[in-house]
Amino acid sequence: MLRRAKGNWTYFVIAALLLFSILIPFDWFLGRYTGLVILIGISTMVTVGLCLLMGYTGQVSLGQAAFYGTGAYVSAILSKTYGVNPWLAMLIAALATGAFAYVIGYPTFRLRGNYLAMATLGLGVIMWILFRQLSQYTGGPDGMAGIPYLSIGGFVFNTPFKRYFLVWLFCLVILLVSQNIVRSRAGRALRAIHGSEAAAESIGINVTQFKVKIFVLSAVYASLAGSLFAHHLRHVSPQSFDFMASVKLVVMAVIGGLASVWGAIFGAATTRILSDELLLRFGELDVIVYGLILILVMIFMPEGLFVKLKDVIAQWRLRYEQRGTKT
Amino acid sequence: MSADQFAQYLVSGITQGSIYALVALGFTIIYAVTKIINFAQGEFVMLGGMLSFTLAHSAGMPLVLSLPLSVLSTAVIGTILYILAIRTARKASVVSLIIVTIGAAILIRGLAAQLWGVGAVRPPFFTGDEPIPFLGALIRPQALWIIGTSLVATVVLHLFLSYTMMGKALKASAISQVAAAMVGIDTRLMALCAFAIAAALGAIGGVVMSPLTLTAYNVGVMLGLKGFVAASIGGFKSPLAAVIGGITLGVVESLAVGVDWGPFTSAYKDAIAIILLLLILLLRSGSLAAEERAG
Repeated sequence: MLRRAKGNWTYFVIAALLLFSILIPFDWFLGRYTGLVILIGISTMVTVGLCLLMGYTGQVSLGQAAFYGTGAYVSAILSKTYGVNPWLAMLIAALATGAFAYVIGYPTFRLRGNYLAMATLGLGVIMWILFRQLSQYTGGPDGMAGIPYLSIGGFVFNTPFKRYFLVWLFCLVILLVSQNIVRSRAGRALRAIHGSEAAAESIGINVTQFKVKIFVLSAVYASLAGSLFAHHLRHVSPQSFDFMASVKLVVMAVIGGLASVWGAIFGAATTRILSDELLLRFGELDVIVYGLILILVMIFMPEGLFVKLKDVIAQWRLRYEQRGTKT
Repeated sequence: MSADQFAQYLVSGITQGSIYALVALGFTIIYAVTKIINFAQGEFVMLGGMLSFTLAHSAGMPLVLSLPLSVLSTAVIGTILYILAIRTARKASVVSLIIVTIGAAILIRGLAAQLWGVGAVRPPFFTGDEPIPFLGALIRPQALWIIGTSLVATVVLHLFLSYTMMGKALKASAISQVAAAMVGIDTRLMALCAFAIAAALGAIGGVVMSPLTLTAYNVGVMLGLKGFVAASIGGFKSPLAAVIGGITLGVVESLAVGVDWGPFTSAYKDAIAIILLLLILLLRSGSLAAEERAG
């Protein structure tokens, strides 16, 4: 019955959402929020990686902003200071960040639980110090401005309108790739690991290797997002990549739901709207709100807010259907 | 580096290391009893320092009153944290518990920013600030207070764990929750005690440290990280190992800053602890993983 209920409705909802999102950047619609929605897209890319990491490896990265920042700075420095093609810079940044994550991830994933969290927290702090201190390359605490726009041939992504479609295209590709991974052989292996590591290992799944791969994937996502961020705002500074930035990313993932792919959009949007629009005028107050969100969501719905909401809606619909068949 | 300089760096290393040791003790005790890494551990240090500032300055209390009261209040906050957040989420996965304690950490930090503002504060020195010459080094009296207090706190903790019923019960539940429960130990109460003791230890660190180093709403993250590294050096095994880890980290950091690294200035001091942590993970991940399986 649930499957039948899904059918037409789902296509209708998807079509409506697609139309809605295409219309967003037009001035007569939600044009003035284009900047915000672009940033939501960029945050979503990082959040998907974190959701996969938390959901499938049972570990959390408290330094995801380090990978995000590495992507942003490598892109910025290569393309601005050394005149490298921005697309190539983006690729180099992603490869470098992935290699970097592998080096950190390999030793830590042999351990359960807490070490990855602390190692990544530490990594986040180191990278933040480097962004600030290597001022001859990074511009120090003030950051660097004048980063070139991305362009294809003669087409330059020089307006928010154009960049909106660019960023969300990237975001959509990442979401679809992630969904494919989750539904593929690798995804089944990951779910087996999630169920029982010992059982997964006994049927020949290399648990450590899978976890490291997911971690590297999440770092690459973050790096790509960082590169887009740098070429979008054309200005990067260390503040965007500090400890609180990493915590905010965890908040997005927690709201979006562990192991959930599409929830990431919801998590990123909620958090971005909270901090960029609603709580901005209250100063440090957003930190308190995030603290409460993390504690309450983890205690009462450890699978994440979005997943919980989805369950509740599914139940309502089921009840509605049943009432329909009776009368 | 001359002998005098070496002595100077050694002393400041031991002083800083004593604080790391107190934080590491907190990590170790909570981990031993509950298998949780409390990411809010550094916030207890911040709270201790901030409360002692408020009680001494704004409330005008004498130090003999304000210091114990700051430590006691922080212990109460640690207990509340355990009851409200940790115990309710007790059955949750490791990742959920990490996130809960992170949430608690930034909640405490955010509240502190609201209460005390974002500037650094300095509580009064315990006994003035006239440096004492010692073996070619100049020691500030507050440094002696820091080292002495940490030493006393460690010894008291050791006596408590070894010679009181409560302490032995804590030890028992650290060895095995099930066995401890079987002989009638309330393991939940023990977990609560572990949080209270860890909070108190952190606050003691904050109280003695703040007159020398100043304190602000955001010092908790770094101190927590350093304390965790110290506890990792000690292998989360025993209180003594945690203290040795703390002092080691403090001295290594201090000596590393003393060496002339050329372009790498002392701004990189904080990176040393993290590089140490990564080294420990690389070198010992095999044996640590084996231990986890055995435990």
